[in-house]
Amino acid sequence: MTRPARAWDDRRMTETYDVHADTAPDGLDARLVVDRGAFRLDVALAVAPGEVVALLGPNGAGKTTALRALAGLTPLTGGRLRLDGAELDRTPPESRPVGVVFQDYLLFPHLTALDNVAFGPRCQGATKAEARAQAAEWLDRLGLKDHAGAKPRKLSGGQAQRVALARALATRPRLLLLDEPLAALDARTRLEVRAQLRRHLAEFEAVAVLVTHDPLDAMVLADRLVVVEHGRVVQEGTPSDIARRPRTDYIAQLVGLNLYRGEAEGHTVRLDAGPAVTTTEELSGPVFVAFPPSAVTLHRERPTGSSARNLWRCEVAGLETHGDQIRADLAGGLALAADLTTVAAAELDLHPGAEVWATVKATQTHAYPV
Amino acid sequence: MTSTDRTGAATDTLRGGPRRRRVRTGVPLPLLVPALIGLAFLIVPLIALLVRTPWHSLPEQLTSPDVWQALRLSLICATLATAVSLVIGVPLAWLLARVEFPGRGLVRALVTLPLVLPPVVGGVALLMALGRNGIVGQWLDSWFGITLPFTTTGVVIAEAFVAMPFLVISVEGTLRAADPRYEEAATTLGASRFTAFRRVTLPLIAPGIAAGAVLAWARALGEFGATITFAGNFPGRTQTMPLAVYLALQSDPEAAIALSLVLLAVSIAVLAGLRDRWMSAG
Amino acid sequence: MTRTARRNRRMSQVSGVGAAALLALSGCSSSGSDSSVSASDSASGKISGDVTVFAAASLKESFTALGKQFEKEHPGTKVTFSFGGSDSLAASITGGAPADVFASASPRTMKIVTDAGDASGAPATFVRNELEIATLPGNPDKIGSLADLTESGLKVVLCDKEVPCGAAAQKALDASRLKLTPVSYEQDVKAALTKVELKEADAAVVYKTDVRAAGDKVEGVEFPESADAVNDYPIALLKDTQNAEAAKAFIALVRSAEGQKVLTEAGFLKP
Repeated sequence: MTRPARAWDDRRMTETYDVHADTAPDGLDARLVVDRGAFRLDVALAVAPGEVVALLGPNGAGKTTALRALAGLTPLTGGRLRLDGAELDRTPPESRPVGVVFQDYLLFPHLTALDNVAFGPRCQGATKAEARAQAAEWLDRLGLKDHAGAKPRKLSGGQAQRVALARALATRPRLLLLDEPLAALDARTRLEVRAQLRRHLAEFEAVAVLVTHDPLDAMVLADRLVVVEHGRVVQEGTPSDIARRPRTDYIAQLVGLNLYRGEAEGHTVRLDAGPAVTTTEELSGPVFVAFPPSAVTLHRERPTGSSARNLWRCEVAGLETHGDQIRADLAGGLALAADLTTVAAAELDLHPGAEVWATVKATQTHAYPV
Repeated sequence: MTSTDRTGAATDTLRGGPRRRRVRTGVPLPLLVPALIGLAFLIVPLIALLVRTPWHSLPEQLTSPDVWQALRLSLICATLATAVSLVIGVPLAWLLARVEFPGRGLVRALVTLPLVLPPVVGGVALLMALGRNGIVGQWLDSWFGITLPFTTTGVVIAEAFVAMPFLVISVEGTLRAADPRYEEAATTLGASRFTAFRRVTLPLIAPGIAAGAVLAWARALGEFGATITFAGNFPGRTQTMPLAVYLALQSDPEAAIALSLVLLAVSIAVLAGLRDRWMSAG
Repeated sequence: MTRTARRNRRMSQVSGVGAAALLALSGCSSSGSDSSVSASDSASGKISGDVTVFAAASLKESFTALGKQFEKEHPGTKVTFSFGGSDSLAASITGGAPADVFASASPRTMKIVTDAGDASGAPATFVRNELEIATLPGNPDKIGSLADLTESGLKVVLCDKEVPCGAAAQKALDASRLKLTPVSYEQDVKAALTKVELKEADAAVVYKTDVRAAGDKVEGVEFPESADAVNDYPIALLKDTQNAEAAKAFIALVRSAEGQKVLTEAGFLKP
């Protein structure tokens, strides 16, 4: 059990798409297999036009390799790659209808913003004047009219990001790829750019795939998440689905939940880790049980007359400030993370090594089949 | 992450913060002394040349048409050799920096070989390759009637042979330092690899190319051994300044010094001009 | 004032500039010549020690043989040669290079040394060298005379007029009123010969000795005009010699019947 981050603020409980692109002729239908020494990427990806999919995963999971394979910058060792019904496996990158927004944008430093955007149309055969006119239009659309003549080093991070997006869109791609589109921005700019990017992606009519390790970016920007770990897809679904029902420690940590695996029998789940958890759901067979750290209540003495059915004796392994709250890492009866207020932590006299009792109400837990 | 920041801040406070950092700007003596010796080592011979220049006979020496003929030929040949080096050297540097192929390390070593080869040996090697009886030259002669030794073209070839490695090394270094992902970005925008090279890579590495070209030009201008061996020595056709200087040295050292001075002055003027225009930008 | 003293004064000027590294370098070389002084001092009457001979490049084969012979005849001696263009060697000697004997390929270059006061006694002519035309093996262009070289289409190389073989060739051409435009004026006689050996040039005007030394890689063609441009080779003892006895003995060997035999076998003419 890894330590969960701040509980996921599930802001995006939007409608659930359920697109099966493999039945539709349009869109992306790919199985990307890339062997690189000991590492093997094997990811299946089906995305409909107009849909935005985020590849989410830790560093080294193979997300960027997948993106490069889609762009044609890394050759596939196996699988298939079909876009709008056309095979792209052997197509060189310059002939693919694919646009890429790179992590650090890679705007050509010797060209102005306008010429950066005009580069694509120019390569596609437009005259210099046509390409520039198209570029000007794209810059205008992205609110960069005043910066057309600026060299990349004169642009702010947010502006550079939009120029990079305009440059990718100016080739009229059928597949738009974004590699960590917000990673290079500071926290303030990020908020603003994330909102703008979401709007632009919503307007984009073809397939968009973005790669990120930031769950917030993924959940705000994408309609559907594909979680990749060690080169494999470990979970796929809408942001709300993933936020509520994580299936790996990595995702649980991302969305800020305590997650356990166990065997359910009625309302009781016997955890693989040892103790049992009482839940409201009635299930049988292998299940996941999840609950947020804020659902955990701590006591210095064994509580008497508590309504909580789930009670474990634990020891404080570590304490950490988390905004205006204290995050306590507990070991012992059950390894878990608990959030409590600073006042409560002081009253309980918590310190590493202290013995505490942890309770979680059954109604706060969520069990779902594996 | 937060803990590292905190330690960083703590050390700053201990050292007295950024205010303290400004104090020590002096050059450390163990660097300054060898640096000045190094400077003297390079400059003193040039000063000696100036000190021993026969200033009284200089005007007479320099008005000789032979001097201007040799200087003109030197400048033309060095410039052409640099141009040749650019046309074939930059793509070679790109190949070495960007394309993985078996034996790349060996090829790189071969490219730099003319740097360690005594120029006279280089000249003999060129004769054996491109001479009238050379392994390539005999075909040039019998098919096209082209012979390269004893011609101005031969001078350009000899100079390019010796000077090109400087350009290739310089450009390859710049290419390796340049981010290859710019080329990738260009290909995702529909550029072929050649277009990406021409429109993105080339402008990006322009300062490195300029520096390499200046280096190659300077080397070509001073070239002696390979030139006299491959192209021979004939006034107006293959006698460049260094050849004229060497032969003048045999009988009239004063004339040799005067010629050297002209070569030196012209080189300084050109290099200083180029440096201001190209190299300060990069 | 001796040359050593002059050099020392220059060195102290350099050290005054503060180039410590340069001083250290020149210090090394002067200690090398000191050791040869002590070697000659210990010998009284009997010949021993080192002899340094600066000799024209064309003398390389015959002088190397004579050096070996000398060392054999006088055990305990060592003859060191520096072969090169006569002009460069003369410049080195007037510039202070440590040498005991100078054998030059032309009286003009020997004059540079004697004018500078660096020779001890008058130079003596020990051999003469005659010009010859070097052609490709088998003489495919059927060159039979100096005048044949002026034929168009023939690639001829001459030595530069600044070096002895070039001056001699020019003299021969002028004497026979021929006008010859070569493809190149080479910097020395070996370079001129190399061009023919590599078949880059069809012919070169070089010394008889060089043709002989090149073996069957070139073919020699004698021409009568060469008599107008015979080159005298002078040899002289140098003033700053550290081993005058041994140096004199070497010069004597060169001028002896034995020495002349070796030299004439190499193609030189007796003086």
